[in-house]
Amino acid sequence: MQTAQGTAPGASPPTGEPAIVLEGVYKSFDQNQVLQGIDLTVAEHEVICLIGASGSGKSTLLRCVNLLEDVDEGRIVVHGEEITAPGVDVNRIRRKIGIVFQAYNLFPHMTVLRNVALSPMKVLGVGQSQAESEAMDLLKRIGLADKKDEYPDRLSGGQQQRVAIVRALAMKPDIMLLDEITSALDPELVAEVLNMVRELANQGMTMLLATHEMGFAKEVSSRVCFLEKGTILEEGPPQQIFTAPHHERTRQFLQRIIEAGRM
Amino acid sequence: MAAIGGGPSPNVYSNAEPGTDTAAPDLTGSASPRMFGSGKSGGGRGGGRKKMTAEERRKVILLSTISTIVVLGIILYILFFAPGSKAFREAFLSPKDFKASAPAIIRAFKVNIEAMILAEILILIFALVLAVLRQLRGPVFMPVRVLAIFYIDIFRSVPILLVLYILDFGLPAVNLPVLSYNPINHQVWGPFVYGVVALVLVYSAYVAEVYRAGIESIHGSQTAGARSLGLTQSQTMRYVVLPQAVRRVIPPLLNDFIGLQKDTALLSVIGVLEAARAAQDYAAVNFNYTSFVVAALLFVIITIPMTRYFDHLLAKDSRRRLAGGVR
Repeated sequence: MQTAQGTAPGASPPTGEPAIVLEGVYKSFDQNQVLQGIDLTVAEHEVICLIGASGSGKSTLLRCVNLLEDVDEGRIVVHGEEITAPGVDVNRIRRKIGIVFQAYNLFPHMTVLRNVALSPMKVLGVGQSQAESEAMDLLKRIGLADKKDEYPDRLSGGQQQRVAIVRALAMKPDIMLLDEITSALDPELVAEVLNMVRELANQGMTMLLATHEMGFAKEVSSRVCFLEKGTILEEGPPQQIFTAPHHERTRQFLQRIIEAGRM
Repeated sequence: MAAIGGGPSPNVYSNAEPGTDTAAPDLTGSASPRMFGSGKSGGGRGGGRKKMTAEERRKVILLSTISTIVVLGIILYILFFAPGSKAFREAFLSPKDFKASAPAIIRAFKVNIEAMILAEILILIFALVLAVLRQLRGPVFMPVRVLAIFYIDIFRSVPILLVLYILDFGLPAVNLPVLSYNPINHQVWGPFVYGVVALVLVYSAYVAEVYRAGIESIHGSQTAGARSLGLTQSQTMRYVVLPQAVRRVIPPLLNDFIGLQKDTALLSVIGVLEAARAAQDYAAVNFNYTSFVVAALLFVIITIPMTRYFDHLLAKDSRRRLAGGVR
């Protein structure tokens, strides 16, 4: 397993072309400038945590990488292909980039099994029996095989979020984007979801995650980016960011997190 | 709650250790007698409550019995003793005319049911097409979107009666292919066909708006979830948005269909022999209006079970999807 753990900030990625490159990405909603020139390079197998206050642009950044939002300016390149170029088939790009949302976004009118099997069937054209048996394998891995015929509303938040993760994994993505996936969960359900993410990280999945779980960010990430007002104010290895941040704003943010008992 | 009510131990919060387990029993123990003792807190199961209920229940039964007797009395008086009641009963509730008119009206009522079922199926399809066209995003679809909006605006404002006249009187006269006559046997379309088409044209505009409300009620996160998995816009609509939207709009749809079913009686004005027309024919010959009551009863008889059945289906569906505790 190759990770970029311990590489110095700003150092070039270990081998091959980077998984994701963002160059001068700007995004605004009406008058509200959400992203103001984001530059970020994510190497293959790297796990990058985006931290920062609400409204700092973490979610918008992730949604731009998945093309759920169009960027106003700048480029996003995934595995050497510019996905922000005009005329790019967004559906083809999204197949390879999974995203998991804070509110799960499971389909409430479908069983758990169908939630997971739907996109391989409809997007990749996998036959129903194969899609369902692969979905079952994934559900078995997270210990929810017995819930396959339940509807999402009958599951706990943690279970729903784990189903949402395997639903994204069913598309066999190269990159996973996780958007504050534990923020809507009761504290005792957070661990089961984070364990899954940890396992993905250990398997070498390239991940970009927005999170408020600082302890987890410290443990799992190869690099941490602190976002403030739509820019990456500071980035570096977790040890440095959490113990010796260069920037005063980073220090203040972490101080507030510690005071709130989140670290 | 305890703090607001000024419970005997106002320190529950400050006393509570980080482990909330210790605080919880303390809270309920101190607060509950006071809360229920104050009387107006409502929903309580305090000690004195049961005796009151038994007493009250007797009172309630007595009151409702009296009011029922009074109301029944008034109705009976109007029907049997008030001046003119005999004439009223003979004109509207005559058993002889009931029996005499019923067979023809029931036979004619089959036409209402046929028109209703046929129109409903076509409306469900056509309105869905309208609603989806109206929802299409992107500059390419602009003309289609505008046309759909225009159509919906027009047909929601024109009275069905006028649409019926325009189709049935106008179209056969202008001799247009397809619109005026059946291209297969070259016969003029009958009033039944024009009647059903008129209902479909008008009701589709309404139902399209109901669908649209349903589509718009599905949260954007569902679309984001579907698109993020690589589903296309139309796949997202078909597999994710529409199934949820349609389920959500069944009650208002049913409401429109009750309206539709009643409006099948309008077909009588262009000469379709349906229940209202048959009742009118009987009344015109026999100078008795019991036949109208017969026709009205038929509409009532099919409407009420239909609404109850749909309510039942909806309840079953939500039970299936939601966790047990929700009623």
